[in-house]
Amino acid sequence: MMPELGQMALILALILAAVQAVFPLLGAWRGSSALMRMARPAVAGQFVFMVLAYAVLTHAFMVNDFSVRYVAENSNLTLPWYYRFSAVWGAHAGSLLLWVLILNVWTLAVAVFSRRLPEAFVARVLGIMGLVSVGFLSFSVLTSNPFLRVLPAPVNGMDLNPVLQDPGLVMHPPMLYMGYVGFSVAFAFAIAALLGGAFDDVWVRWARPWTNAAFGFLSAGIVLGSWWSYAELGWGGWWFWDPVENASFMPWLVGAALIHAQAVTEKRGGLRAWTLLLSIFAFSLSLLGTFLVRSGLLTSVHAFASDPRRGMYILMLLGLAVGASLLLYALRAPKVAGGKPFALASRETLIVIGNLMLVVASAMVLIGTLYPIIGDALHLGRVSIGPPYFGPLFIAMMAPVVLLLPFGPFARWGHADLREWKRVALIGAVAALVGGSLFAWAASGGMPGWQAWLGGLSSAWVIAGVILYARKRWVSVPAGRRYPAEMAGMLLGHLGVGIFLAGALLTNNLSVERDVRLAPGQTAQVGGYTFRFEGVTDVRGPNWVAHQGTLVVTRGDQRIAVLHPQKREYSGDIVQTEAAVDAGLFRDLYVALGEGLGNHGAWALRLYDKPFVRWVWLGGLFIALGGFVTLLDRRFRVRVTQDAGDSTPAPASPRPVRAQEAGA
Amino acid sequence: MKPKRRRRIVLVSLILVAVAVASGAMVYGLSKNMSYLFTPSQILAGKASDYRSFRLGGMVAPGSIQRDPHSLRVDFTVTDGDHTMPVRYTGILPDLFRANQAVIATGHMQNGTFVASEVLAKHDATYMPRELQQAMAQAHAKFHVRLPAQEARP
Repeated sequence: MMPELGQMALILALILAAVQAVFPLLGAWRGSSALMRMARPAVAGQFVFMVLAYAVLTHAFMVNDFSVRYVAENSNLTLPWYYRFSAVWGAHAGSLLLWVLILNVWTLAVAVFSRRLPEAFVARVLGIMGLVSVGFLSFSVLTSNPFLRVLPAPVNGMDLNPVLQDPGLVMHPPMLYMGYVGFSVAFAFAIAALLGGAFDDVWVRWARPWTNAAFGFLSAGIVLGSWWSYAELGWGGWWFWDPVENASFMPWLVGAALIHAQAVTEKRGGLRAWTLLLSIFAFSLSLLGTFLVRSGLLTSVHAFASDPRRGMYILMLLGLAVGASLLLYALRAPKVAGGKPFALASRETLIVIGNLMLVVASAMVLIGTLYPIIGDALHLGRVSIGPPYFGPLFIAMMAPVVLLLPFGPFARWGHADLREWKRVALIGAVAALVGGSLFAWAASGGMPGWQAWLGGLSSAWVIAGVILYARKRWVSVPAGRRYPAEMAGMLLGHLGVGIFLAGALLTNNLSVERDVRLAPGQTAQVGGYTFRFEGVTDVRGPNWVAHQGTLVVTRGDQRIAVLHPQKREYSGDIVQTEAAVDAGLFRDLYVALGEGLGNHGAWALRLYDKPFVRWVWLGGLFIALGGFVTLLDRRFRVRVTQDAGDSTPAPASPRPVRAQEAGA
Repeated sequence: MKPKRRRRIVLVSLILVAVAVASGAMVYGLSKNMSYLFTPSQILAGKASDYRSFRLGGMVAPGSIQRDPHSLRVDFTVTDGDHTMPVRYTGILPDLFRANQAVIATGHMQNGTFVASEVLAKHDATYMPRELQQAMAQAHAKFHVRLPAQEARP
């Protein structure tokens, strides 16, 4: 009975989504306040029914209701409860439900926090988000119903894919979806602005906190995904340029460009058309990401949740969304040019260059990711594009961004002070050459390789810029107004870039990997550490049996860690390697079991010493934090009197004092 | 008006240069890093001779896996039903590597042996079933093996 209730809730949510899409848009067009007022109740109703549908599916997992096919396919009596909870989004139908639920959370948040915005604008925004919801809910109801029954019900379910039975996966998809779906808000704001036709720039200020929040979530989601694949896939790498990683990385790159472009549009009125276009791109790439992962066109780490038939539906949805919004853009955007002029040496120019590089890098990733599909469709042969394509190109494209990054905050809007740039360049260069080289030298324990050296240099260059600017604010601005949230967010984000650079380049250069054959009692040397293999014993978990190795790691006379890598066997003959990691701020020791060799208890083992790998994720978390801190800025709290009532095309810079403060 | 126009020209030419350089680099990068997939029959027919490094796809022939007792070296044979290809690999094989399973190996030819630098097995986390499924449709038919896409697990 319960699953049928869930099914009904899902259909009711779809109907309410249609109401939320149609009537407010109609009302905004016709100027009918009655129709526009239907938006918020529809949002609330849809939210309630989505929560209900989602709760029903979760309940089915919790009580092991294997008469529901989705549960039978993705759960098992022996699966621990927390993985049954996360198994809801372990495959296609349920993850789609999560997608829509998160869209509903965002929509509800917009509905609640937009009471002071003009009625017609909010009606359009909620209407657009309703349309997106209709698209995905009808997709769920028509093609991938998670509540389908299987009769007679099996006694036990198959199991959740073992790869997904990891704490990292409990958090990774929800975070990632918060990011993906969050860009729908920026998208809806941009479309609403285009539909409304009043091209002042207030909408950008309203959209900015939402975009920053989405960017923060997406960053955190990608970090979690990277950490999960590091811990779970047993290769010890943190990024593989895997198609599905790329799918989440493309919206991130465009999102990074978007949050900067929005700042220009909000404060200076420039780049309006570009900001609108980026808003459309960021969400389109999020849709494309969903499509790539779900369609089965690209098979990769995440291929477990794919089905080619559904790909067509998402492709149509994608085509419709991108086509319609770009058409609207083409019709309306030419009218929006404007903004204050800026000199060649100005903050605007730096942001434009950064934007360009980020978008070009995103295009590079897009081409590399799609090329195998297109090549296959055109019968050019079956090819794969590997990391050697993405890595060097990405580094080359990001080099100018890193080089210019410290100057950004120092450059004034409109016209930068070149003498100040010279000073920053000088101090930054000295800091990078001395500090960065010393750091790389200390980290390498001797003469650093060029990549480690580059890591130290670029990291010190960026961090020196951040510190210099923080110091300048400290000296020149009275207490209490030194670091408004927006600026603190920017500093945190840029600091994150610096930390990430050190982590990525140092770990690439300094990691030592050895595949060895060890019999019990034998030792292997990896990067100054001695790994002694103590043999393998059998252990049993809730839904698996495993061979568990024991390795004692020592350095000199000091015992560093005892590691227990496992090779687990789940039901259905599925083998899963569980790497053992001794984590540290400055290095990880990582061991994965290969296979048993012969009858003397010898095993193939993969041993790693990975210095600074944690910095990669630490940097990513700082970037995420930067996104979240930014939304606390007081400027983003809409004031009734100033912003909401009229839509005169003036208020690009709201209050002179603050505008100067933020731009100085 | 004039500085505005100059600014615009500088910006536009900046964009053009960036796009040109980027697309040039991309085309070069793509052409250097495309890795083709061949079956043993195609390799023996000389189709792979143009490529130094490529990927070999097929099934692990039963009884062909031989471990070196003192190192991580392993030799096995990959077959597509018509022809076979000896493969040498040093390292840790993926979890699901076993006889009669589909594998994709990346590497190069050396004296008639394929020397692999990486081996991916079916259902492995990085396995790519679709392309191999197509490349080996015939071989699969000969062996009466279910195609990867028809596997029960989603």
